[in-house]
Amino acid sequence: MTETFTLTINGAERQVTGDGDMPLLYALRDALGLTGTKYGCGTEQCGSCSVLIAGERAFSCRTTLAEAAGGDILTIEGIAQGDRLHPLQQAFIDEHAFQCGYCTPGLIVTAKALLDRDPDPSEDTIATALQDNLCRCGSHPRVIAAVRRAAKELAK
Amino acid sequence: MNGDGKTLPGTLADEPEIARWIGIESDGTVTLRTGKVEIGQGILTAVAMIAAEELDVDLSRIRVVSGITGEVADEGVTSGSGSMEQSGRAIHQVAAEARAVLVAKAARHLGVDAESLEVEDGTVRSPATNQQVTYWELQGGRPIEGEARGAVTPKDPALYSLVGKAIPELDAVAKVTGGAAFVHDLAPEGLLHGRVVRPPSYGARLTSADTAAVRAMEGVVTVVESGSFLGVIAESEWQAVKAREALAESADWEETAQLPDEDTIAAWLVENETAAHPVIDGTPRDEAVPEPAAPEGAALTLEATYAKPYFMHASLAPSAAIATFEDGRLTIRGPSQGPYPLRRALAGSLGLEEEAITIIHAQGAGCYGHNGADDVCLDAALLAQAVPGRPVRLQWMREDEHKWEPYSPAMTLMTKASLDSDGNIIDWNLDLFSTTHQGRPRPTTATHSSLLADWHREPARDKPEAKPNFSNESGAHRNAWSYYDLAHQRVINHFVGETPLRTSSFRGLGNYANIFAIESFMDELAEAAGCDALEFRLRHLKDPRGRAVLEAAAEAIGWPPGKPGSGSGKGIAFNRYKNGKAYAAVAMEVTVNEETGRISVDRAVVAGDAGQVVSTHGLSCQLEGGVLQAISWTLKERVRFGPRRIESVDWETYPIMTFPEAPPVESILIDRPGEPYLGSGEGSQGPGGAALANAAYNATGVRLRETPFTPERVRAMLVAAGRGR
Repeated sequence: MTETFTLTINGAERQVTGDGDMPLLYALRDALGLTGTKYGCGTEQCGSCSVLIAGERAFSCRTTLAEAAGGDILTIEGIAQGDRLHPLQQAFIDEHAFQCGYCTPGLIVTAKALLDRDPDPSEDTIATALQDNLCRCGSHPRVIAAVRRAAKELAK
Repeated sequence: MNGDGKTLPGTLADEPEIARWIGIESDGTVTLRTGKVEIGQGILTAVAMIAAEELDVDLSRIRVVSGITGEVADEGVTSGSGSMEQSGRAIHQVAAEARAVLVAKAARHLGVDAESLEVEDGTVRSPATNQQVTYWELQGGRPIEGEARGAVTPKDPALYSLVGKAIPELDAVAKVTGGAAFVHDLAPEGLLHGRVVRPPSYGARLTSADTAAVRAMEGVVTVVESGSFLGVIAESEWQAVKAREALAESADWEETAQLPDEDTIAAWLVENETAAHPVIDGTPRDEAVPEPAAPEGAALTLEATYAKPYFMHASLAPSAAIATFEDGRLTIRGPSQGPYPLRRALAGSLGLEEEAITIIHAQGAGCYGHNGADDVCLDAALLAQAVPGRPVRLQWMREDEHKWEPYSPAMTLMTKASLDSDGNIIDWNLDLFSTTHQGRPRPTTATHSSLLADWHREPARDKPEAKPNFSNESGAHRNAWSYYDLAHQRVINHFVGETPLRTSSFRGLGNYANIFAIESFMDELAEAAGCDALEFRLRHLKDPRGRAVLEAAAEAIGWPPGKPGSGSGKGIAFNRYKNGKAYAAVAMEVTVNEETGRISVDRAVVAGDAGQVVSTHGLSCQLEGGVLQAISWTLKERVRFGPRRIESVDWETYPIMTFPEAPPVESILIDRPGEPYLGSGEGSQGPGGAALANAAYNATGVRLRETPFTPERVRAMLVAAGRGR
């Protein structure tokens, strides 16, 4: 059934009309044009669709619009402060932590949730936090180095 | 050859017009046109760096136009680690020639000698007269006249200020901020969303589907049905997804596929050989297969059989393309690696003139070879034809990609070699068995097509007949010819004509399996000879550049390893990709849990020599990523299938490496200033897999000859050897 839902996305209220069972992913990408969040599998197996809801990582491919309504949603587009990149984004560039970059937005938001609760994670902690995100190009160690670099930057 | 009798480098030999590659625009930018495309390997950044360096302009002025039919040189397919050698070398020379033309013009303009001029960021200055003029004032908006002639010498590498540096990718900011970067993210005005419903198995025929009910669904624009091809177009993406699901549920199919037994596929390949050809120096010959020699003076003869299963490209994004059909013209934005070959195929499939089709490359996720990128373009075109004037973005669902992409073929490899009493190899045999690695688009005929939808729609076309491949260092026999200095090599390419599973080109083609076998067997021979594995390799390798990468990797890992069987171990392996491209040696340290059979890679190093290094991080990422991908293939990957259907349909049924499983990888670049660029993107997977196998042997004393090295398989091997509990 088509309804209108109010979502708080990157600090702004947005209206989306659609089925309550529509995954948030399609609302973001198709209805709102926030295409930084990616479809990879639709089954919570790859993490490409990761967003933060109330600071926790959520798989937007399996979070329905009805579930997301009212929640405080952060997507990759809301992480930079205007033109100033978030330290995680800058660290991903500085460490060359991606090749094709398709998994990158999902990794950055998942890593942000980690750093928000644990500002000084070990490499093992980072790897565990990212265990539900897949990367096929083989940038894993550089991603872990980027998260460490961002943690140090944020601690300054 | 050109008019001056010099051979122009790379693709420049075929496309010598300067303006075909480089344009000086009126707005202070430089347009660089390349026929190669970005697939996550960083090629556009690398060629932009080369052009900026040779032209003496700032990198930020370069605008790269890539992979648009009609606008760029036809550089075939972005594959085979050929982009730096074909496009990179061409741009290196043509940019130097463009600079010479511009400086000569400036000299005339300023009334001074060209030799006296200096160029900084496109401003040509005479230090003597202090006059200056810019490229844009001289040439802005007008094509540079003339052809490259090979008479200009590019810059001395000692003067490089950009090439050889670590530069962020041109689109790095877009990729970390979620800016539009992929074909999936493009949303032209009036965009519609398309999905396809594929058959449940190869060769299945549609018997019925309730298209009327799906047409009546909210937002559905139309259903496209032709033979066994089903597609749906809807106003919104979610409506398209739901309509696809409903259409799939309503469809009935007649299934006929009979697939071989997955567990015995290695033997099936040997039993189903249809042709065999001797390979000499990397090239198969249409000649009788020689009998193995009985070498004189053999102190010892060893034999072993190795195997790999089917792999999939397993791109993170499912394939997608946007097609618009208007006034008899078709425009497609898609991730094909070969815009021109795809256009030739589509023209035949759709009954259009090639000139009526424009392919514009748009990035997908990393593809690592021929995945669904070409097929999805035909799917998009077929749906777009149903809604003229409206762009349709056709995107595969995850299961479409997993089930229908063309896989890397399973391969079986038999090795046999003899040593003399001094431990030198005096006889070497490799017999390899594989189905075809050639599935890329070929021109579609009335009866045959390489593109998936043509097998399903009416009139149905067959897949092209698989034929033995006689090209040098291609297909299954890539790197089958050993790079070592061996007194006698007998290499036989056994071709399996049937393709029970759809197969095509995957990163490195036969390289991975051949190097896995060759480099595992080198270790087995070294042990039989009582010789250190590194020393044994160096004894059979004269090429100093090959020796250098081996020695660098060995030093970095802390060679030599301890005695086999301690539970942790080190291994090393080497290849020169295609026996003529980049050199790479990989060394690895692993721990094996004997109770569970689980192999953990603790650390890896890769030493590479790709000639003159252009983008240090681009090269490092290719080498490191190749090692990590090879670890994933070797430990985990295997396309699962039953008697009828593909059973690897998602990431649970086709697991790949996760973050906790990925070891740190150190890359060592051996720069060779002024030496030609050597393709590197496929250079490190072969030695990556073999180094892992060799390290696992060193850890356990048990030789693993069949991938994947899953815990179950390793544990069974250990138990069989009386090692596990």
